[in-house]
Amino acid sequence: MDLGRRDLLKGVGAATLASAGIGLSDGRAVDRVPLPFGNGERPLVAYPGKRPLLQMTARPPQLETPFSVFDEGALTPNDAFFVRYHLADIPTEIDRQAFRVVIQGQVERPLSLSLAELKAMPQTELVAVNQCSGNSRGFFEPRMAGGQLANGAMGCARWTGVPLKSVLDKAGVRAGAVQVSFEGLDGPVLPETPDFAKALPLDHARDGQVMLAWGMNGQDLPWLNGFPLRLVVPGFYGTYWVKHLNGITVLDKPFAGFWMTSAYRIPDNACACTEPGKAPDKTVPIGRFNVRSFLTNLTEGAQVKAGRVALRGIAFDGGSGIRSVEISTDDGRTWAPAELGQDLGRYAFRPWTADADLAPGRHALRVRATGNDGDTQPMEPRWNPAGYMRNVVETTRVRAA
Amino acid sequence: MASSTPCFAATVAALCAASGARAAPDTYTLPEPTAQFRPSPDAGHAAGFRAAQENCITCHSADYIAMQPPKKGQAFWDAEVMKMIKVYRAPIAEDQAKAIAAYLGAAY
Repeated sequence: MDLGRRDLLKGVGAATLASAGIGLSDGRAVDRVPLPFGNGERPLVAYPGKRPLLQMTARPPQLETPFSVFDEGALTPNDAFFVRYHLADIPTEIDRQAFRVVIQGQVERPLSLSLAELKAMPQTELVAVNQCSGNSRGFFEPRMAGGQLANGAMGCARWTGVPLKSVLDKAGVRAGAVQVSFEGLDGPVLPETPDFAKALPLDHARDGQVMLAWGMNGQDLPWLNGFPLRLVVPGFYGTYWVKHLNGITVLDKPFAGFWMTSAYRIPDNACACTEPGKAPDKTVPIGRFNVRSFLTNLTEGAQVKAGRVALRGIAFDGGSGIRSVEISTDDGRTWAPAELGQDLGRYAFRPWTADADLAPGRHALRVRATGNDGDTQPMEPRWNPAGYMRNVVETTRVRAA
Repeated sequence: MASSTPCFAATVAALCAASGARAAPDTYTLPEPTAQFRPSPDAGHAAGFRAAQENCITCHSADYIAMQPPKKGQAFWDAEVMKMIKVYRAPIAEDQAKAIAAYLGAAY
């Protein structure tokens, strides 16, 4: 869990860090935040259009949202939303007038649509969580290679765009089509590196909810979140939410690209897990989020006044919606229901609040959500070789006095 | 296309601003990477340290390496270097790859 990051953000002084020789190339000192796992120290760096975020890597840019942001509300501000790229040749110049998204392949009428043409179509709006497949990877044990994230590679926003179905219908999908693939303006440094592209089954692509979005919380998409157009796949991991989306191809056979056939695959079993350290016999592409919940107003190691303590946080799942959130203060022996807050839709963060009676002493606060589909969170963490889909019941240790 | 009227002259700048149209493309300036590779722990790994500096940063900054879990051992770094070559097609000669992996295993 979060190791009192907010306190650390406040407490770590720029002067101290400057004297430790840490700085940006222009000489400004930067704060550094320790995430609670080995090699978890991250500089806080403010990219254009972003507030200071935890910089996991500079090239390609990978930025994690400081966990305290999730206590600000159910919608994650655009300037705090996490950033994840795979390949370092990301666009640094985009002409929004000249930008086109091409729809081609197994269609009757190949299209090349401008933003203005997309915006002239009937629009749709949806609040949905985007979460990196590897969110929380740094907490897996044994650990594995990859982006070493704490819990901040997630966010919830109101997305504005047009349904992918409308665009596919406009192009006219031919009989025999089975999948739709997606690519963006970003690409590899070396032409030999597999370019980032993802695919969805045709039925999913035409479900009316998968969206080509240009708007995020009422603004243009931030550059690093896919300006000027991205795919929004509600309830599915961020790997499918292709940024800077400029190519849509309807296919008559399954997409064979590296990022579907080799990367982003999970064990093909009910828990998407294996014995720690073991490889799975069979894998499938990662898909829908499992259910998660977080306490947001108290951080690990917090000191609270003994007595009635107000707790709040968020919960979400892959789209069944949150049925209930429960709190335990006794290592999971008993659970008390939390009150659910504003419902922004079944793909959104669902805020919750609860009170806990805490006698003086140490307490482990646990939070567990259950979806409308009946799925809930395990008390013990599950493991898989790539470090995807962590959803263990989170524990926050506090002291009441 | 319907609303792609170009806005060239300064005299129409106000109109362009009002309609949301722009003459110039949008641009984005990425901060430069600042992370450095850890120094070679001994003279024996100096060649690998140099090879890492010359090769790895073609595609990613040094923090990509520094954030990986600590003390994973030589097999972990052998596998990572091999992944860069086999999967991401990094053009690294075999002797260079061995030197890089040995340096990473020793320094990280």
